[in-house]
Amino acid sequence: MKNHGKLFAMAGLVLALAPAAGAADRAEVKVGDAEAMREMFRGFSPRGQADLSRLRQDDMQKFCSTKGWEKQKVQVKQLEKEQLALIKYPADGRLMGDWRNGERIAQTGVGMQFSDAQGSTAGGNCYACHQLARAEVSFGTIGPSLQNFGKTRGNTEANQRYAYGKIYNPQAYSACSNMPRFGHGGILTEQQIKDLTALLLDPDSPVNK
Amino acid sequence: MADPMRIRATVKDGKVDVRLLMSHEMETGQRKDARGELVPAWFIQNVTATYGGRTVLSAQWGPSISKNPYLNFRFSGAKLGEKISVTWTDNKGDKRTDEATITAG
Amino acid sequence: MIRNKLPAVLLAVACLSPVAAWAQTDTVKGIERYRELLADGNPAELWEARGEDLWKQKRGPKMASLESCNLGKGPGVVKGVYAELPRYFKDTDRVMDLESRLLHCMTGIQGLDGEAIKRTAFGAGTNRSDMEALVAYVTSQSKGVRMRVPTSHPKEKQAYAMGEKVFFYRGGPHDFACATCHGESGKRIRLQDLPNLLDRKDAQRAYTTWPAYRVSQGELRTFQWRLFDCFRQQRFPALEFGSDASIALTAFLAKNANGAAFNAPAIKR
Repeated sequence: MKNHGKLFAMAGLVLALAPAAGAADRAEVKVGDAEAMREMFRGFSPRGQADLSRLRQDDMQKFCSTKGWEKQKVQVKQLEKEQLALIKYPADGRLMGDWRNGERIAQTGVGMQFSDAQGSTAGGNCYACHQLARAEVSFGTIGPSLQNFGKTRGNTEANQRYAYGKIYNPQAYSACSNMPRFGHGGILTEQQIKDLTALLLDPDSPVNK
Repeated sequence: MADPMRIRATVKDGKVDVRLLMSHEMETGQRKDARGELVPAWFIQNVTATYGGRTVLSAQWGPSISKNPYLNFRFSGAKLGEKISVTWTDNKGDKRTDEATITAG
Repeated sequence: MIRNKLPAVLLAVACLSPVAAWAQTDTVKGIERYRELLADGNPAELWEARGEDLWKQKRGPKMASLESCNLGKGPGVVKGVYAELPRYFKDTDRVMDLESRLLHCMTGIQGLDGEAIKRTAFGAGTNRSDMEALVAYVTSQSKGVRMRVPTSHPKEKQAYAMGEKVFFYRGGPHDFACATCHGESGKRIRLQDLPNLLDRKDAQRAYTTWPAYRVSQGELRTFQWRLFDCFRQQRFPALEFGSDASIALTAFLAKNANGAAFNAPAIKR
């Protein structure tokens, strides 16, 4: 976000230096949210399982797409509060699944693209952004390293609840996080999120070895 | 018919450097399509380069060569302005011959 | 005697991979070396050659060549045009990128079926795309030319501003926007480096190396394809070929690359 500001300042400078630029040349063009959404709807067509309703933004998506959202402290707090209320914890009260399944879910990135078979089980693709098990050297860095997540934090019930909730809806803990809302967005099932919670916290999980 | 090859041949101190690109699918015969059916093998099997009626390179290729192959080889004894000719044949019997004039390197 | 680069490099990678503790810097260096090896003998040239033929041939119901097509610098001018696209075109009263402008000329001048061109815009194996070949040829004629995408016309300004909105537009089940992966510096997805398209240097390097021959697909891919496939992975619906949204986003990204020398068709993994 910081870089974004910088680029804009640079663009402004270039415009200001352009010789004999007319008044219209310097005028800032503003595009509104509604106008942008209309352009998106015109610019895409439904394919496979991906229909145009995916372009309709909810409140979180709308807020986090606007420039300078991070300065709106009150709205940020409000958003986190609302998103927290959307988390559905398992009815059976159990938060830990099988870390072996969790590792498989963390490795696969398929699901929900228009090129994927409809109804196929989606993966979490955690390794795309996070470091997890030591043996997997092909990991991304968009998110923080989660190596030794359970070992350093402890496999407590509070931490299980946090991990489950964070995977279910990261917006509840960090507004406008880049991470998908795996539970809220209907990407992963309750069981899959339990398995990922175990991958993070189970003492036997390769994440904690 | 297949697309022309792109051949570049340059000579320096009597040594000719030949670089060429061929347009070919190079199917291994081991890949499956979206319906799960095997895509039939289709690849270049023989490559021959000739200069002045003499073969300067003869190669037998298999399905391990990549799609749109790139080939680079050198030979000596050729002159500026002369032509080099390259021919490939694939396992379906398709064939393509292209020529290039040797330029200064 | 016979060198085929790809298998040799793959072999090297295969030899290294059992060493679990190899440093990340070695990985990055290995990928760099792989790219260097690939750059010699870029099959993109095969597309450029076919595209040049397509440009000059009399084709379509009107039996006309594209040599009267105006890509921004006058009818038939190909040299340097890509470095100034997208731009506003008076005859259509629209900001257009190279692909949409070629589509305009192919339908208008040659009388070809626009819908058919859009359907085959991305080639696959023997189903080849004339669009990809034409784009390869035209862009090759801007190699070394400094990017100078204009924003003097109000509609160009509008497209740039809209492109910026599209870049930050979060949506779909995963809440992804372009900015999710391309809004911060020094990030990777798995082992793939991600350019920060809001940073001038990264934006320049990224934009000036498309179109590119994708070794993994054996195809020449255009910038329209690059956007289309990013949105697919974003879990968005299918980006319409040549839509105003796609052109606006291209205008935003292209202008952010201004000042850099264009360096494509390139070659990528």
